[in-house]
Amino acid sequence: MQPDELILRLQQKDEKAFERIYALYSESIFGVINSVLHDTEASEEVLQDVFIKVWDNSESYTSKKGRFFTWLLNIARNAAIDKTRSKAFKNQKKNLTQEYFVDILENKSSFTSKVDAIGIKKYIKTLGEECKKVIDLLFFKGYTQKETSEELNMPLGTVKTRNRLCINKLREILVN
Amino acid sequence: MDIQEYIESGILELYVYGALTQKESEEVSAILAQYPEVQQEVEQIEAALQSLSSAAAPYNPEALIAAIKSKLRNADGVIQLQPSASQKRARILSFISVAASIIFLIGIFVLLNRTNNLREELQTVEVEKTQLESKLNYSEEALQETKEILAVIRDPQVTKVPLAGQQVAPEAYVNVFWDKTSNKAYIDAMGLPEPPEGFVYQVWSLRLDPLTPTSMGLLENFSEDENKVFELENPNDSQAFGITLEPAGGSETPTMEQLYTLGVVQGNA
Repeated sequence: MQPDELILRLQQKDEKAFERIYALYSESIFGVINSVLHDTEASEEVLQDVFIKVWDNSESYTSKKGRFFTWLLNIARNAAIDKTRSKAFKNQKKNLTQEYFVDILENKSSFTSKVDAIGIKKYIKTLGEECKKVIDLLFFKGYTQKETSEELNMPLGTVKTRNRLCINKLREILVN
Repeated sequence: MDIQEYIESGILELYVYGALTQKESEEVSAILAQYPEVQQEVEQIEAALQSLSSAAAPYNPEALIAAIKSKLRNADGVIQLQPSASQKRARILSFISVAASIIFLIGIFVLLNRTNNLREELQTVEVEKTQLESKLNYSEEALQETKEILAVIRDPQVTKVPLAGQQVAPEAYVNVFWDKTSNKAYIDAMGLPEPPEGFVYQVWSLRLDPLTPTSMGLLENFSEDENKVFELENPNDSQAFGITLEPAGGSETPTMEQLYTLGVVQGNA
């Protein structure tokens, strides 16, 4: 459930509401940022910047435009991508090959209690290469349908349906 | 609208990703508000995605909230943290700066005023200087002229011809200094009265037998000339010189009734 009441109070600069919003979303946003940067320290920096922006610009969110989570996602992905373009970050990361969230999940050993670690591991194991790429581009990197179809050489209409199947599988595993 | 088909199309996943255009997103938001099934589906997709991305976090960043909150305070808490003492100080500072500005402006005004006065004085001095210079120039010129006249008078080559006053002006007298080598004649007209308005003295070179006058020129600006010594060309083989009063601009032939002075060159009489 989207915490509409909390969001309203956040927009009225209620600090308690801000703390609860942070508790609800910070880990997933941290994960998105980390999937782009692959660098814990840089991700911490960006995460802080993102939530400062959330505090400063909360009044610009409206449910007409979309989900609050989506609004957070956009801020986070933009901030993370900006970070990758910064000179200091480039110099530090020049040897990195293209990575995506799957690498992080495969190499990770400890998960917080919030995460269904077994489920996620199982999901990654069974996930097809195509699904990994589609989810990485659309969700973690914020590509549009069109950009994804061009990047993966996949018909535009297929992107949408293929992605649904990939996410359905995730939902099945997590629910069971 | 077939809601199930709409859900199966996969548009809701793209909606949560933020992969739709703003217009498409707003359309989905409207449908979401209308159909609880769609709302539920979106919530489930969102929950799954949150789990997936949370798993990609290095750790749960709960502790970072303290750092974020302290940054928020630093950013927008400046006024609350600084009590009224600083405002008082700011007021004193602004008073001081206003006072300083006024003093500064007065200072500038005084300086400007003084500068203007000095400038005026300087202009006066400049004018006086120019006047003195022109006086000096004038004196030098006058001196030079006088020297030249003296040189002419002293020159043994120069023939002096005194012209005596005639019937119209018995008191008048003129000396002509005639330099035959340079064909120049210097007319010393100190003894002529001021010509009346609209008239001018004309000097004539005369041959006597038969009487043939040749105009040598006019004594222009008679009144203004202080020395009353006029330099005229005289290439003629003159036997005598005469000066008549003529209408301004001079005449072709002398008006004999207005003959003021006349004198014969010695050796030709």
